[in-house]
Amino acid sequence: MIPASFDYVRPQSLEDALAQLREHGEDARVLAGGHSLLPVMKARLADPGVLIDVAGLEDLSGISESEGSEGGVRIGAMTTHAEIEASSLVRGKCYSLVEAAGAIGDVQVRNRGTLGGSLAHADPAADYPAVVLAAGAEITVVGADGERVIGADDFFTGAYETALRAGEIITSVRIRASAVRGSSAYLKAAQQASGFAVCGVAARLALDGNGVVASIRVGVTGVAATAYRATSVENALMGSAPSAESIRKAAAGAGEGVDALDDFYAGADFRRHLAGVYTARAIGKAWIRATGK
Amino acid sequence: MEINISINGESRTFDVEPRTLLVHLLRDDAGLTGTHIACETSICGACTVLMDGKAVKSCTVLAAQADGCAVTTIEGLANGDQLHPLQEQFWEKHGLQCGFCTPGMILTANQLIASNSNPTDEEIRHGIEGNICRCTGYQNIVDAISAAAAQMRE
Ligand SMILES: Cc1cc2nc3c(=O)[nH]c(=O)nc-3n(C[C@H](O)[C@H](O)[C@H](O)COP(=O)(O)OP(=O)(O)OC[C@H]3O[C@@H](n4cnc5c(N)ncnc54)[C@H](O)[C@@H]3O)c2cc1C
Ligand code: FES
Ligand code: FES
Repeated sequence: MIPASFDYVRPQSLEDALAQLREHGEDARVLAGGHSLLPVMKARLADPGVLIDVAGLEDLSGISESEGSEGGVRIGAMTTHAEIEASSLVRGKCYSLVEAAGAIGDVQVRNRGTLGGSLAHADPAADYPAVVLAAGAEITVVGADGERVIGADDFFTGAYETALRAGEIITSVRIRASAVRGSSAYLKAAQQASGFAVCGVAARLALDGNGVVASIRVGVTGVAATAYRATSVENALMGSAPSAESIRKAAAGAGEGVDALDDFYAGADFRRHLAGVYTARAIGKAWIRATGK
Repeated sequence: MEINISINGESRTFDVEPRTLLVHLLRDDAGLTGTHIACETSICGACTVLMDGKAVKSCTVLAAQADGCAVTTIEGLANGDQLHPLQEQFWEKHGLQCGFCTPGMILTANQLIASNSNPTDEEIRHGIEGNICRCTGYQNIVDAISAAAAQMRE
């Protein structure tokens, strides 16, 4: 299986990459790790005329503490899943992202695939979307009109569809650090053969001094055509001192009313059920971490 | 396009079409047929090689993406007549039957041991998730990797 012919360019700078994208327009695609794009091209489901390899660009790489009062982390778009999985800085700021990175595919896939590539590809069964939603991550992109920041809530617009405009490149993702009494967790029910999420849930919460939920966000992937936030679950737990029982009760709503995916592996009802079960587990795990128990 | 790859320690230049996959470059242009092709769809891991020390599925990497990198294939592991501990232990522990998955298994295991010199059986099983074996049932592969790690610690 060999892709159709294309031209390959390796720009030396972000400006150069943007210029190449402008020049080639619709015919060009950005290449990151290639672990979504190359399989699609080999299957001849896509045949771009030009690949613009941005994997080596300095501006898109690295993990660093981001400035600002809340002390978050900035992750370059070309950071691989393996680098995120191994990063103690990311683990400290956003545990669930490390868990999601480690749950992707296998070692070989994690050595090549990147955060930016996964977000841009927006597979309905990808792992990261749940985490960036739960973390309220900010996705920085740059295009012909300059830079803009897209909130995770506005980023995923459909199956394989995002708020990225033609000619835009994701440069980095910023995630605020968990609060002092806060943490997060990501858990997935994986499709046995592909390893992708049949249901993946990320939960992130913070408690006040009395153990009352001061903030909570829950992201669900794999269940519907687009990853979504389980807002009814968030609202039910906000402002309360949670218990295992109250978490279970609230989480049951995670799949309610969702237009769930339906295939031979997992029907829509089963997916909605999994959403409830995995939401309870993910919140429970984040809660235990936050309380330090 | 012209690319330069260090293959098993030897710097080599190739003139390739951009769409050439690394696995085809290794097998057809470099003549190193120890790297196998099975599924061609990034699933089975038979085509695994090391790229700058990291295990990658060479059916899902463009040769162009490996430009400037150091690639290690199964042919590059032995030191002259001296088998690499992984090769030796796959032999000793019967870690192969047909042998089709073996080069990929060994190179994935190589990265695993490089980052964890004393892996548990569970860590080994997790580490070789991306390599499928249709023959052995995996137990002897796990034993071989474990024994190789022990030999390399000595
Ligand atoms: C065997 C296998 C198993 C996998 N299992 C999982 C899994 O369990 N969970 C999971 O979530 N994923 C899984 N994946 C997908 C994997 O995580 C991919 O690496 C990821 O989806 C895409 O990242 P990439 O860097 O390889 O992007 P590429 O394939 O290079 O690009 C993907 C798309 O994004 C665009 N793009 C890339 N970078 C940018 C950028 N910076 N700005 C704008 N657009 C960009 C490209 O043009 C392309 O359209 C698996 C893949 C394989 C092959
Ligand atoms: S041939 Fe590359 S993963 Fe199967
Ligand atoms: S030994 Fe035959 S596939 Fe593994």
